[in-house]
Amino acid sequence: MSFLSLTEQDREQMLEAIGVDSIDDLFEQIPAGVRLGRPLDLEPALSELELVAHLGELAARNVDTGREVSFLGAGIYDHYVPAVVDAMLARGEFLTAYTPYQPEMSQGLLQAIFEYQTAICELTGMDVSNASGYDGTTVAADACYVAKHATGRTKVVLAETLNPQVRQVVKTYAAGFGLDVVEVPHRDGTIDPDELRQAAAEAACVIFQQPNFFGCLEPAPDLATAAKDAGALPVAHVDPVSLGVLEAPGAYGCALAIGEGQQAGNYESYGGPHYGFLAARSEFIRRMPGRISGETVDTDGKRGFVLTLQTREQHIRREKATSNITTNQTLLALAGLIHLSWLGPQGLRELGETCLALSRYAKERMSDAGLELVFPDQATFKEFAVRVGRPAKEAVRDGRAAGIHPGYALGRDYAGLDDALLVAVTEKRTTDEVDRLVEVLVG
Amino acid sequence: MKLIYEKSKAGRRASSLPPQGLPPAEIPEELRRSSPPRLPEISEPELVRHFTALADRTFGVDTGFYPLGSCTMKHNPRVNERVVNLPGFRDLHPLQEEDASQGALELMWRLQEILAEIVGLPAVSLQPAAGSQGELTGLLLMRAYFADCGEGQERREIVIPDTAHGTNPASVTMAGYEAVGVKTDPRGNVDLDDLRGKVGPQTAGLMLTNPSTLGLFDEGIEEITKIFHQAGALMYYDGANLNAICGISRPGDFGFDIVHFNLHKTFSQPHGGGGPGGGPIAVRDRLEPFLPVPAVVREGGTFRLDYERPKTIGKVRGFCGPFGVFVRSYAYIRSYGPALKEMSEVAVLNANYLLARLRNAYELPFDRLCMHEFVLSGRRLKREHGVTTLDVAKRLMDYRFHPPTIYFPLIVPEALMIEPTETEPKETLDAFADAMLAIAREAAEQPELLKEAPHFRPVKRLDEVRAAKRPVLRYRFEEHEDLQPSDEPRQLEAQKGA
Repeated sequence: MSFLSLTEQDREQMLEAIGVDSIDDLFEQIPAGVRLGRPLDLEPALSELELVAHLGELAARNVDTGREVSFLGAGIYDHYVPAVVDAMLARGEFLTAYTPYQPEMSQGLLQAIFEYQTAICELTGMDVSNASGYDGTTVAADACYVAKHATGRTKVVLAETLNPQVRQVVKTYAAGFGLDVVEVPHRDGTIDPDELRQAAAEAACVIFQQPNFFGCLEPAPDLATAAKDAGALPVAHVDPVSLGVLEAPGAYGCALAIGEGQQAGNYESYGGPHYGFLAARSEFIRRMPGRISGETVDTDGKRGFVLTLQTREQHIRREKATSNITTNQTLLALAGLIHLSWLGPQGLRELGETCLALSRYAKERMSDAGLELVFPDQATFKEFAVRVGRPAKEAVRDGRAAGIHPGYALGRDYAGLDDALLVAVTEKRTTDEVDRLVEVLVG
Repeated sequence: MKLIYEKSKAGRRASSLPPQGLPPAEIPEELRRSSPPRLPEISEPELVRHFTALADRTFGVDTGFYPLGSCTMKHNPRVNERVVNLPGFRDLHPLQEEDASQGALELMWRLQEILAEIVGLPAVSLQPAAGSQGELTGLLLMRAYFADCGEGQERREIVIPDTAHGTNPASVTMAGYEAVGVKTDPRGNVDLDDLRGKVGPQTAGLMLTNPSTLGLFDEGIEEITKIFHQAGALMYYDGANLNAICGISRPGDFGFDIVHFNLHKTFSQPHGGGGPGGGPIAVRDRLEPFLPVPAVVREGGTFRLDYERPKTIGKVRGFCGPFGVFVRSYAYIRSYGPALKEMSEVAVLNANYLLARLRNAYELPFDRLCMHEFVLSGRRLKREHGVTTLDVAKRLMDYRFHPPTIYFPLIVPEALMIEPTETEPKETLDAFADAMLAIAREAAEQPELLKEAPHFRPVKRLDEVRAAKRPVLRYRFEEHEDLQPSDEPRQLEAQKGA
């Protein structure tokens, strides 16, 4: 209760200035029939010390990635977050500002968003990025909305190798958007371009993931071409930290590039808050959802930044808006910008090479130990699927008993893979840890 | 100041990664990056200085008073930042096994129970990422519910008052419904006669913000409820202004079927320069089967995620939603307990005090006591002195205040929408009122002071028209044209805030 600033004397003076006798009088506009008339049934207030103890106790009942060696990925990854990210995000000006509606008050924030947009455009090879979406699932739904209006078509095609949660969210939104969703099955871990071309007939867009949910590298340029052949917009869902070594979606002809930003700058945080990024080629600028910072000049001709192209947005265009998004994920996107700036182009490439080399080491060690890779012929980035010779859930249980979380049991999402684990190897893992993982899996 | 890209110099870097001693791995050449992304090349000292300088050019609640109407810019307690950064929360993977995430599951379950009590509805989904996603989720629930009842074809319309946030009609379109507007009456309530003519068998539901964006509790709420219930339609409560009524009145008790919360407003998730937020929804029993999956459920002394909901609308976001937001909001509510009522009482007291101090200098379109915020009109200043609400807002910056929301709600000309929140001391309210009164005098005596404001910010007024007409949305490495001011730099007199 230390968050209020009025004294008793303040309250009396204020009531007098208003011209009422009590605080209750202020609420007379609420009809008596709709008042609660009893205290809220909530537990008593906690002091700050009690609160810290209570939440400490809850936190202690979670096994975080500091308490076991984690090979768990499947969309959220145990990458290193540099100290500068924490330090800068703790600045109260960033933390406690809101959407920069008044640009003269928020030049720093608007510049940071502009720099973030630039970083996302550079990573993806696109012309324009928004200031962030909610996460890697909702930006896929956003992309479908852009594609529907850009093409006038009402079908969207999703690769079966697209993260199952992303597909689920697209299907949920599709009910409102009036879109039919078609899925293209994988063939041995990746999508066949010819099959995709057929499915993409009359489709507004095609969304595929690179690297895909299994960690495999899709023939992304061929998939983009296949989508375009059918008149559908190719949309790549990409891992931002892979883009130091993997080709940018803009370079192979994608119309939009989207993805989950957590890998760049955000902690796992039990799934959020994180940010989703959405970037597009310039022809889609006026169909973009969300906030966008743009460069302009002030009355002295000095460079400055403002929220721009707002006639797309809900507060101006209302029912004709390109999206209803208002509050976004700016602080998390700022973390992404800081992380990417910390890495630089060289660091990003090294990070990618490290993931590639460590995961190849893990695949080789597992093959040597007699474990079977699910898709042995496919190139991968930092994640891959391996059969463990028994229900994968058992391997998870045994690994965790030994202090290692060995990965994600794929049987939950894909038929025929009950014995398969999806293993993620980030730059935080070491060859020793991989060796321990192999020992645990072999038993 | 320079962009970080303009500070970049080839060969500099801040990062270091552990050597693995492994040979480089091959990937197919056609999939390999052909030219590197031009990320900044910058050392750590310069990185820290850059973002510190950007922070210095940003104004937050920590910097000063931020009465941005309908955004509830209250103090963000720092203990919430401490607890959200406990490794057991911060470094927890969302696919961790349930037996190893009991603390997280219990926290979410407890928050669900608390939110259910606050609004008087039994079932909660924490999943939506922000208020507007809560709206969309609620509307998709309506679709699923009426489809299940066999009424999906005929119920096509959602009724929305003309004071509503733009998110409401935008969400309606995204949910595949049609928005039907309803007028506001001379007291600032929903016009009941207009409403009666617009509700019928074609109506799926109502979306209502109460208190409204005018800062007024709708005095006809009981009649509104009757109209919708008689039509068999559902009622959606936009919780943007819930900060006014915690512990005082509950939407579930006055007939609403679906409520969304804005955890970043009412329950103090820091706004982060635009986000993150949290938009949980609470619903009546008959809508519970349609809620997003997974549901967080308790069985005896343990907690688990339930995906077996055959009628679910699906998922609206990854995993269980923005968990870190839940930790902060849970901590915030536990700091108050049942005294959340006092939080709302003081929010309403602060707003009414500020209104009392300003009502003679600015026009008050609806002459009533307000709830947690109020709307003034600068129409008289414009008519008599030629200064606009935009000018008033810019001049407030010279007094070191963040301006209120302006030009919203749309039904009030030259609107100033002011929400002080409960955490401000009387001294701050007085200083702000003094500034607003001084500005009203300046408008008469020295209008150019307002028209040329702000005078002390890092930039003067920015040309918003140019930004939209000739969009520059990313740094152009190749060429940077010389910046020239146009003859008439222009700002749009359009909604800023809310």
